Amino acid sequence: MTPNKPETNTEDPARIAGFEARIAAGETIEPKDWMPERYRRQLVRMMSQHAHSEVVGMLPEGNWITRAPTLRRKMSLLAKVQDEAGHGLYIYCGTETLGVDRHELIQQLLNGTAKYSSIFNYPTLSWADIGAIGWLVDGAAIVNQTMLAKASYGPYARAMVRICKEENFHKRQGYEIMATLSAGTPAQKRMAQDALDRWWWPSLMMFGPHDTDSPNSDELLRWGVKRKSNDELRQRFINLTVAQAKAIDLVIPDPQLAFDEKTQNWLIGPIDWDEFWRVVRGNGPCNQERLAARRQAHDDGEWVRVAAAAYAAKQARAESTSEAA
Amino acid sequence: MTTMANDSTTRDADAVTTPSDTQWPLWEVFVQPPGGAPHEHAGSVHAVDAESALQNARDVYARRGEGVSIWVVRSIAITASTPDDMGPFFDPGNDKPYRHPQFYKVPRGIRM
Amino acid sequence: MNAPFEYLLRLGDDRIILGHRLSEWCGHAPILEEDIALANIALDLIGQASLLLGLAGKIEGQGRDGDALAYLRDAVEFRNALLLELPKGDFAVTIVRQLFFSVFALLQAEALERSSDQELAGIAAKAVKEFRYHVRHSADWVLKLGGGTTESQNRAQRAVDDLWRYTGELFLADDVDRAAAASGFGVDPSTLENAWSETVRDVLARAGLTIPDVSYMQRGGRTGRHTEHLGHLLGEMQILARSHPGASW
Repeated sequence: MTPNKPETNTEDPARIAGFEARIAAGETIEPKDWMPERYRRQLVRMMSQHAHSEVVGMLPEGNWITRAPTLRRKMSLLAKVQDEAGHGLYIYCGTETLGVDRHELIQQLLNGTAKYSSIFNYPTLSWADIGAIGWLVDGAAIVNQTMLAKASYGPYARAMVRICKEENFHKRQGYEIMATLSAGTPAQKRMAQDALDRWWWPSLMMFGPHDTDSPNSDELLRWGVKRKSNDELRQRFINLTVAQAKAIDLVIPDPQLAFDEKTQNWLIGPIDWDEFWRVVRGNGPCNQERLAARRQAHDDGEWVRVAAAAYAAKQARAESTSEAA
Repeated sequence: MTTMANDSTTRDADAVTTPSDTQWPLWEVFVQPPGGAPHEHAGSVHAVDAESALQNARDVYARRGEGVSIWVVRSIAITASTPDDMGPFFDPGNDKPYRHPQFYKVPRGIRM
Repeated sequence: MNAPFEYLLRLGDDRIILGHRLSEWCGHAPILEEDIALANIALDLIGQASLLLGLAGKIEGQGRDGDALAYLRDAVEFRNALLLELPKGDFAVTIVRQLFFSVFALLQAEALERSSDQELAGIAAKAVKEFRYHVRHSADWVLKLGGGTTESQNRAQRAVDDLWRYTGELFLADDVDRAAAASGFGVDPSTLENAWSETVRDVLARAGLTIPDVSYMQRGGRTGRHTEHLGHLLGEMQILARSHPGASW
């Protein structure tokens, strides 16, 4: 399918109005449809960040595949990390319908110009981190992705539908690990609480800055790429998670956490946005390691990718020669 | 979109072992679910040839028993209607009520 | 000697150890599609290992389950072939080993479908389908590497050269194998060698790869005489399970 090529002409306001009317009417935008260049660029940015996050997200969890404590846990974790690779792949494919190659996007990740979710710049220090990631990080991602499954861009929305279906097990396996640890030996319980302590706040940061500090939000909402604001989604996640923590006897590490009867929301203490921006800007605990690992895999794999392409080219040549003969 | 296969058929295979990066061609994947429903577009994969495209499609889009059959086709081989076609292509189908069973009257009480 | 138990350990250990090695690729494969493919193969192997070790524990009757056998035995108690514990190496090593093992395991599973033990026959029947795909995937890659670039051919050839001397062990039969085969429970691995050799030689020949002259085939895994690599692999694999005795996960 020939993807949408970037428009160079200045854009006709009437055309933009027509485009926005389509979105307001709930129509999906498809690859060959006309779209404002800025819409296209915002989507490429968002979708490729999302795809990069899936791929980089394989690393912290992959860190424990070889140490998973039972065969069942080893298989679940491997299947989960494999799903992340699949999800990265689906979203890259969706992004490619916007006229960029996956190869270009991966270059942007590897040379540090593209962003990915900062949550994956935190280390997995104990087995309980695998539980915490499944429960909190995938939990937060599901809240976000359920919304994105209704995004205005068809290929993105369809990728999200598939991903949401598959990710159902991710959160449950994480929560099950946490519940088991919390009900286990004192050392296991400590492990679980410690993981919650470390992952709680970074998970809340996954939804991005407060609405008042989120420059892209208005436009993304107007264009139906996002359907809910960062703060709305974060609140939804908090409300779901507080009850889940109580049910398995773990303590949310926020002394100011309080239930607001009026809004029926759990209110939290202040998020440390300095930490958020520090990690976004590359100074999280694992930023360098994550990129180095991706670069290494990419570089080590180069000869393999080249070999396969060379083989296929030889085969194609041999076929065309035998046809000509 | 340029693809590796297009490029590399015209040069010596070993010439592509330069450090420059490789992108495998894109294939569209259609999976037939169990139960006789038609093949449906699932997504795409990168692969150098049809056999690896099939294998990749199987691993990527049928990990959970989603399929009983898979088609793969080079993305560039697909010709698609354009949004400009939308009116002329599809509207004429909208005003032919005689193509639908409700157009025809049947005496009361007769089960068809 | 409990021949069925020992025999099942060999089957199960081959699969858990190779599955573990393959899982090391997760997140580090040459391309995303291959990340997913290698993880699929690893999952098939670990899944089979879980069933086989579970059955072994049941037959042993000492209250050990699959996890106890996988996580609480020392290296000298493992019964996998040496080929499978070698480090994952580069992609060529991984793929060539996968071809060697998958062709063997497919033949073995096809024979085990006729096992006198219903449970083992059932595990084998499912495994046959999985191994057919593993053979297809690894053979396809061996052709690509052998017929790709000079570098890929060199790497594939080096992998064949390095690994070939570990293939003989797959077909060595001892009392355990013979007893298991005689009772109809298992299959004598030496009966699989000709068919294996035919398939593997055919793939290697088509890939332009040659088989090295090897004066001695390495052996020892089936009796617990392993390479040094296994201890490190187990050190990693078992650390958590062993650090918390009696804990559930």
